[in-house]
Amino acid sequence: MFAAPAIVFFVVFLIIPIGYSIYLSFRGFRVEGGGAFGRRVETWIGFENYASALTDPEFVAGLGRVLVYGVIAIPSVLGLALLFALLLDTPRVRARSFARTAIFIPYAVPGVIASLLWGFLYLPSTSPVNFIARELGAGPLDFFGYPALYFSLANIALWSGVGFNMIIIYTSLRAIPTEIYEAARIDGANELQIAWRIKVPLVAPALVLTGLFSVIGTLQLYSEPATLRPMTTTISSTWVPLMKIYQEAFMNDNLGGAAAASVVLALGILLFSLVLLRFFQRRTFGENS
Amino acid sequence: MSTLTRHTSAPPRPSVRGPARKRASTPRLATTVLLLGALYCLIPVAWVVIASSKSPRELFTTFSFAPGSGLLDNLLSLNAYAGGQFWQWGLNSLLYAGVGALASTLVSAMAGYALAKFRFAGRDLLFAVILAGVLVPGIVLAVPQYLLLASVGIAGSYWSVLLPVIINPFGIFLCRVFAAAAVPDDTLEAARLDGASEVRIFGAIALPMMSQGLVTVFLLQFVGIWNNFLLPFIMLSDQSKYPVTLGLYTFLSKGAGDSDLYPLVIMGSAVSIIPLIILLLVLQRFWRADLLAGGLKG
Repeated sequence: MFAAPAIVFFVVFLIIPIGYSIYLSFRGFRVEGGGAFGRRVETWIGFENYASALTDPEFVAGLGRVLVYGVIAIPSVLGLALLFALLLDTPRVRARSFARTAIFIPYAVPGVIASLLWGFLYLPSTSPVNFIARELGAGPLDFFGYPALYFSLANIALWSGVGFNMIIIYTSLRAIPTEIYEAARIDGANELQIAWRIKVPLVAPALVLTGLFSVIGTLQLYSEPATLRPMTTTISSTWVPLMKIYQEAFMNDNLGGAAAASVVLALGILLFSLVLLRFFQRRTFGENS
Repeated sequence: MSTLTRHTSAPPRPSVRGPARKRASTPRLATTVLLLGALYCLIPVAWVVIASSKSPRELFTTFSFAPGSGLLDNLLSLNAYAGGQFWQWGLNSLLYAGVGALASTLVSAMAGYALAKFRFAGRDLLFAVILAGVLVPGIVLAVPQYLLLASVGIAGSYWSVLLPVIINPFGIFLCRVFAAAAVPDDTLEAARLDGASEVRIFGAIALPMMSQGLVTVFLLQFVGIWNNFLLPFIMLSDQSKYPVTLGLYTFLSKGAGDSDLYPLVIMGSAVSIIPLIILLLVLQRFWRADLLAGGLKG
């Protein structure tokens, strides 16, 4: 059967790890026996790990930061991607293929390297913005302070993600039969109205797809803050939930706690995705009927 | 079905003449905004290429976009770092992304073909579970995957980075969409009547028919693996097995407080993104984004 290898890999690298993660999240260490001779024994501890994860100020603060970051990053990535796609699809635009290729280029740059590049552009001693500011006699700009840091990180996501999403939206724009536009133009609609009233609703499926990927990617924020960390003291070692999970699992040897935190994060991502799907579904169906 | 390349040469859509006075400004404004977007996307790349030519002193003293005089020195010191380890990282990245994406594409193609062309018990359930797999954040899996691979003793090996990336739920999903659209049932029936084995039908008939879609799945997964950071970060401890991303990350972590390593990091970034950008430009025409966009309608 042709599906067999996929099923095997799916089970070994997806189902079993998920199951194992859930199993671990209910396990923890208890001290058995009394006094100084007590042994630490791994045992079933119920929802204790979840309780401690959800009350852990570092983890909760990390979740909050990711949420703030997501609220900034996701709409700007999708909004700008949609804007660029619509502009590419506007009649008589020049330099179309140059712009499309240039905006798509960051897709080839790994997140770690993108963070490195932007990190140097933010770093006071190497930043061109600060160089200009210094020459003009202004003080250095702090890209790593609050709340600037959120925007600095969101900017990296924007730079890396806008091209890929733009291509997906643009491609589905090209799939729309042009007769629709002609009809609208005869009815006296201008390009802006065509874009907003016809194109955007018709590419809604592509927007859902890109939105979903953005949400999943955003909430897994890890490599960007981890890469920027050596450049600034603002980013702590548990700045985002994943950094916290990594630390619990590999430095504090608290596998149960790490597993519980991962499950919480995964459920959060799932919930977020479903809410987004619902929202878009209602919008598309609402406008169709 | 249209490919992206066709769009580049495609003339702007003919449009019915309307009130021309008002619309003349629209394309110009659109072009300006697009060029600004292009500039925004190119600036960091331009910066790193220019900065890679600077000596350590120039990096902190001269204007960011002024070329420096240390290009060769930086290249030599990058080359000399830990006995040429940087190139080892590059080869590792190529191995992980190349072999991983190839294996992943084959597995996805087989599964997608089976899901699209065969009726078997539990097919719909299997497809639903795989679809749900798209939503599972890879990160939640990385820690348990590490523990499992550690228990069979291959954590830290090349296998520990290669094996987990072979399963790609989104790739399977795309392959199913593409097999359903590109491989006609009649052709398969005819081949069966001629006595061809199922394996032969898949290899000689279905795979070539799906090839355009498979290139997209391969490219997506190649870039995905190349850009992946957390999986190798968790799995590997031996620096000689690092991919480029992880290697550069350790560079920078070491460079904290030691800005002498900065030029090395910058040179390394420049050297590692240029081939990738060239690859992207070359392969762009094989890229079937309509497949991605169309996939969701299914």
